[in-house]
Amino acid sequence: MSGEKPAIGSVDTFPKLLLENARRYGERPSIREKDLGIWQAWNWSDVKGEIAEMAAGLKSYGFERGDSLAIVGDNRPQLYWAMTAAQALGGTPVPMYQDAVADEMQYVLEHAEACFAIVEDQEQTDKLLEVMDKCPKLKEIVFKDSRGMRHYDQSYVRSLDSLMEAGRKYLADNPGWFEAETQKGVGTDIAIMLYTSGTTGRPKGVMLSFDNLIITAKNGAEWDDLTEKDEVLAYLPMAWVGDNIFSYSQSYVSGFCVSCPESSDTVTSDLKEIGPTYFFAPPRVFENILTQVSIRMEDASWINRKLYAYFMDFALSVGPDILDGKPVSFGDRILYAIGEFLVYGPLKNELGFSRFRLAYTAGEAIGPDIFDFFRSMGVNVKQLYGSTEASVFICMQKNGDVKPDTVGVPATGVELRIADDGEVHFRGPGTFVAYFKNDEATRETKDDEGWVMTGDAGFFDADGHLKIIDRAKDVGKLNNGTMFAPKYIENKLKFFPFITEAVAFGNERDYAAAFINIDLEAVGNWAERRGLAYSGYTDLAMRSEVYDLITDCVNKVNADLADDDALSGSQISRFLILHKLLDADDGELTRTRKVRRNTVADRYGELIDALYSGVDVCPVEAAVTFEDGRKGTIKADVKIREAIVVNSQQAQAVE
Amino acid sequence: MAYERKIGDTILSVDQISLAFGGVKALSNISFSVNQHEVFAIIGPNGAGKSSMLNCINGFYHPQEGTITFKGNTRRHVRPSEAAREGIARTFQNIALFKGMTTLDNIMTGRNTKMHKNIFWQALRFGPAEKEEMEHREVVERVIDFLEIEAIRKTPVGTLPYGLQKRVELGRALAAEPDLLLLDEPMAGMNLEEKQDMCRFILDVNDEFGTTIVLIEHDMGVVMDISDRVVVLDYGKKLADGTPDEVRSNQAVIDAYLGVAHDDAEE
Repeated sequence: MSGEKPAIGSVDTFPKLLLENARRYGERPSIREKDLGIWQAWNWSDVKGEIAEMAAGLKSYGFERGDSLAIVGDNRPQLYWAMTAAQALGGTPVPMYQDAVADEMQYVLEHAEACFAIVEDQEQTDKLLEVMDKCPKLKEIVFKDSRGMRHYDQSYVRSLDSLMEAGRKYLADNPGWFEAETQKGVGTDIAIMLYTSGTTGRPKGVMLSFDNLIITAKNGAEWDDLTEKDEVLAYLPMAWVGDNIFSYSQSYVSGFCVSCPESSDTVTSDLKEIGPTYFFAPPRVFENILTQVSIRMEDASWINRKLYAYFMDFALSVGPDILDGKPVSFGDRILYAIGEFLVYGPLKNELGFSRFRLAYTAGEAIGPDIFDFFRSMGVNVKQLYGSTEASVFICMQKNGDVKPDTVGVPATGVELRIADDGEVHFRGPGTFVAYFKNDEATRETKDDEGWVMTGDAGFFDADGHLKIIDRAKDVGKLNNGTMFAPKYIENKLKFFPFITEAVAFGNERDYAAAFINIDLEAVGNWAERRGLAYSGYTDLAMRSEVYDLITDCVNKVNADLADDDALSGSQISRFLILHKLLDADDGELTRTRKVRRNTVADRYGELIDALYSGVDVCPVEAAVTFEDGRKGTIKADVKIREAIVVNSQQAQAVE
Repeated sequence: MAYERKIGDTILSVDQISLAFGGVKALSNISFSVNQHEVFAIIGPNGAGKSSMLNCINGFYHPQEGTITFKGNTRRHVRPSEAAREGIARTFQNIALFKGMTTLDNIMTGRNTKMHKNIFWQALRFGPAEKEEMEHREVVERVIDFLEIEAIRKTPVGTLPYGLQKRVELGRALAAEPDLLLLDEPMAGMNLEEKQDMCRFILDVNDEFGTTIVLIEHDMGVVMDISDRVVVLDYGKKLADGTPDEVRSNQAVIDAYLGVAHDDAEE
């Protein structure tokens, strides 16, 4: 299976796969949605019918080959169908982040030259209407949910029901049209355009071909033996490449069923009801679950707490080995089975993890404690390393060969190399075609031989596993010459449940320093148990008791860093707890919740200055943007604390 | 609102109502009428008789004098259960939910007047009773969907935050599919965001289901924004009655109410 392309034969596009699946798996469920409290399912034959009608509807509304279709909303069957419908017509679907504000949407709509949009509800329709006059190409908005829409009398705002109706009429007049239309597409056509949120600059439209997605999805499915019997819960944004692979491409390739949650607030209970076998979540979701479990266990009865503490402790010693199929003594296996019956089983059931065959996490480093917690109770969490430009999979962990601090070995068909400056480059079947209308960026990212620069710095460990340290451009040096990898330090900080976000500074400075965001839930709970009253995030963050708590965490990180030869000089000397949570609405985080360093540095310049001067307190005022676009300010006096810098022998030796 | 709503004929008219508790005159000689599809507000300072007025309309209090005409039926004394059956539903100033029951069950109680199978059938939950329950459940689920409270469907309401409890209470009233919805301070004690949500829901109910709404509210901003007409009470007497603009410029109202409760007016 090395660099060679596996044959995907004549079934080389999603519309063709749809016809194939309707034939192969006709009666098997394809997609589910919880509506009015009941899970409604559509089998592959139903889905074929729906998509054919939708495609015919789009056609009769004037959608042409080569047009782009914007798709905005939560994960809904109809929106997934819209992707296939557009693909069948030779158009390009452009799923967009549903929580983006109108201005952000305008950029993508305009840049992608979207002429049609299918949106979920009134909220999204309003956003599109707001920017419509600035997007001259956009000529039709189709909404799925008609609530509140009865007074929209614009001729170009129409309901999905009426589009489907038009489609039925078109199909009745043109039997066999849909099947004929699907045959016009080929594997090298552009299947989708995904806008990367981008930690710097404007988003770029990544064009992926059917070959990119289908071959990558197939390779991934073979890697983990996915079959039509697997189950997935589609709850991550449709605009994100991961959702496109896990909930769309792999479903088409393997034929498994995708379930759409009732609403974004019900994901946890939907997870429990569906019991997926294949799951993806960014590290922060696993972190949150562990935090929740820990908090709830503190409220449990004495006997439950003891059982939990004993068996989780025991699981950490043998659980991962059992999962990896390594030899474990008979006695330990018996005890583990008892633990499974008393603790792990019920806990997994409560979390909706009972049927997990495999779960992936990616995007950020995951804390070893969190990783081990899930693996020890038999949840097969693995890491992967991917990007939109690779159609996700670059590196993946194999069953039985899983480590908490690496991202695994190259995925099927993917070649990797480490450049001289430490940057990771890859080449493979999922390598994107180009950035839309941005040849310059394409040339900067992808060379003539197809190697793509990831922008991440990393290295291979002794077993050939890739280890990522940071964004290559973020790795800097302190004035004393020590390497400074901010993400590495931030991740170590974020492994503490009390810290939800951190931003480290130090490049071309005398010492390293950090901004910290506390986790409101974990610290709030901690405070309640100590009888500390607080009114909200800002109040809690300013408490000296909380500062003491966080100082302990920072000191531990420093002690940890002191053990590392290369990084011991970059221990955190001073830190502060930010008076507000970093937020995507304020542009401080990307929509996938990664820190935008430059924005943060610009906004909080005075706080950075305070970190590098002797002051203990710095008064600040920050502008905040609410989800509805209103603006407000938060005022606070931010305190700055010193942390203990461990003068390890190595550190002294360097000097 | 950019569009024109269709305001129908009179659905409720209150004619010269007087209510006294012993020597205390809660309402004296109040008359007004509410048209179909209207959002109608009753405002006034504390003790002006607003809640008493609602209580008269849904039959909880029996006025000594005057009549109330609802959908053409003129009456003085009516039992609350009759009022409910005729299509009047309400929420309360101090939330009156069953705290130990889930959101779903609470809203289901709103269907009570529409359940026809007797208690034995319901207890057996079999055959026709089961079919009936399924039909009611569907209505309840539509309400849950409408109010976007799917996530708390199975949560006991006593554990919910105040704003959500208010929403559940509205849900219970909606489950009765009323023609006239009485809301007693639906936004009291809410923060700005919760108020905005509640306004949205009230307008949506009015718009989607054509429900006539009579509400009591202290937040002047809200009242003036969402009401078609307003009646102002003060010490049990009617001061004024008209569109928000008319009421705002009425000198008696300014003197007696808006002028005094200056803080409220600024909100």
